[in-house]
Amino acid sequence: MSLGQPKQQSQPKQLQTKDGVSVASAVVRQNRRRRTGTEWAALVVTVLVAVVMGAPLLLVLLNAVKSPQDFADHGPLGLPTGIYLEGIKTFWEAVDFPRKVWNSVLISSLVAALGVLISVLNAYALGIGRIKGRMWVLVAFLLATIVPQEALLYPLYIMFKNIGLYDTVWAVVIVFVVIHGAFGTYLMASVFSAFPRELLEAAALDGANRRQILWRVVVPVCRPTLAVLAVFFFIWTWNEFLIPLSFLVSADNQTVQVGIATLQGERIMNVTTISASALLGIAPTLLFFLVFQRTLTRGLTAGAIK
Amino acid sequence: MTKGQAPERSRAAVKGQSQAGYWLYLIPGAVLLTAIIVVPLFWNVYLSFTRYRGIRPPVWIGLENWQELFRDSAFWASFQHSIVMVVAMVILPTGIGLILASLLFDLVGRRFNGKVAGLLRAVYYLPQILPIAIAAIVVGWILRPEDGALNDLLSAVGLESLQHNWLGSPDTALLSIGAVLVWIQIGYPVVVFMSALQRIDPQLYEAAELDGANWFQRFRAITLSGIRPEIFVVVLTCTVAALKVFGPVYTLTRGGPGDSTVVPSYYTYTEFFTAQRVGYGATIATALTVVVLLIAVFFVRAQFRLAEQEEA
Repeated sequence: MSLGQPKQQSQPKQLQTKDGVSVASAVVRQNRRRRTGTEWAALVVTVLVAVVMGAPLLLVLLNAVKSPQDFADHGPLGLPTGIYLEGIKTFWEAVDFPRKVWNSVLISSLVAALGVLISVLNAYALGIGRIKGRMWVLVAFLLATIVPQEALLYPLYIMFKNIGLYDTVWAVVIVFVVIHGAFGTYLMASVFSAFPRELLEAAALDGANRRQILWRVVVPVCRPTLAVLAVFFFIWTWNEFLIPLSFLVSADNQTVQVGIATLQGERIMNVTTISASALLGIAPTLLFFLVFQRTLTRGLTAGAIK
Repeated sequence: MTKGQAPERSRAAVKGQSQAGYWLYLIPGAVLLTAIIVVPLFWNVYLSFTRYRGIRPPVWIGLENWQELFRDSAFWASFQHSIVMVVAMVILPTGIGLILASLLFDLVGRRFNGKVAGLLRAVYYLPQILPIAIAAIVVGWILRPEDGALNDLLSAVGLESLQHNWLGSPDTALLSIGAVLVWIQIGYPVVVFMSALQRIDPQLYEAAELDGANWFQRFRAITLSGIRPEIFVVVLTCTVAALKVFGPVYTLTRGGPGDSTVVPSYYTYTEFFTAQRVGYGATIATALTVVVLLIAVFFVRAQFRLAEQEEA
């Protein structure tokens, strides 16, 4: 657990001031008094907002398993009279869903892994190496996260056509490794610059060279933050639209998003197929979200404090 | 960030580690950044001074595209639509998000149950992880004129007169996209603001309550001033996102009906790939980039100045 210590040090100071005593006494006090009307109103308002916000997704679930006849008889708001899976099956086959999911998973995983790698390398030079002119380098990376993708679109299109990467998943992977990696560089550079110097010195005294310090000291200590970064990269890439739409034209290379959007434009689907496609489109992200929810919540907190 | 400024001597103490060698680690990242961002960006600026249809080499025409841009009413209309996007993606979600976050944190979490607050927050965040193509499908059929859920709901409660072809008529299409974006965006400020509020000592709220401060007074005095840095970050990132918005327009309306929902990024896309007027598309994209960068600089400077004022 010796490595746990620096992690604690890098915790924000504010959290440490919240000692157990004050929290405990607040909890005791909270339960002493009866709840007021305002407080009940707050609960009602926040729950109502949640219902309105969750309703569209509930509608999807409701209608994805309805037969077209059932839909015609009872409309979108009625409860399904039975479980009907033809809509899901039709959609599954129409877009070759497993293929699209595979493309999306491949692109997103590669971006997550390579994006984190490039962020770590950049941030090592900027945050720990503190090379000269790092401010300007950081500004350049920051610009990369702000620039509209449209402004890169056509030159990238020409470039990828010329080197034969157009209409391959690699084109999309490279672009997002750079764009998301730029954000990662910015975030990790500030995390690394707060890295305890004593640890680096101790490792150097033990004879570790620069490469060993990075992979055996810095990366293991920062692993939780890097995990969060990887999850973010995966979800962001999964949800990207403009670049995959522009660079992946053949059906075999398309991501889930592009496949669904193209299908939507091409043929008129009935409502149950539409709902089924939405359900299948949400499913992977939702699954991913549930699996990594704890990592994410931690990450969101960490990100917001930075 | 305070810890970032470590004393100079500790850096020197890392023996045998000259600063120069660290450059090696930056090489892959710098090469990629140059190839994928810097070169295309300048290339795009160059294209904005050319006539180019994607086949024969670009022809230099000086400022012609830019002159056309300033006369082009479709371009200005697309920027006006961007203002609606800013309202839908920045102003409303930030305002609603502030209220929701503070209700959840100050009242629901503190007076009822932290678990309930956490669950509600997760529900608000759900549309955020929804891929835009999926969100568009869901919303697309909810808003369908003939058998959509919204019109169905309206007739179920006896408001047939309000039924409408929401995405299909020019007067409501843009507002419908706006409403969808509010729905998608709310989760982001709520989550950021709630984690920012963790930093505020709950005893502050307790004390204010004992002094007779009502919810709104606590909201103004404690919540708003306590999380101002996060409000800045949310407003900046959402404004930039609102100016760049593409997916919702492409998937919901493809800019239509007519040009009523065309935004700058969608205009660029169609100029590039439909009209094959690459030079003019590049001009719109460059103009958009300039606006985005100006806004980013403006925000960052405003934030710096505010931080300085508070220190003084």
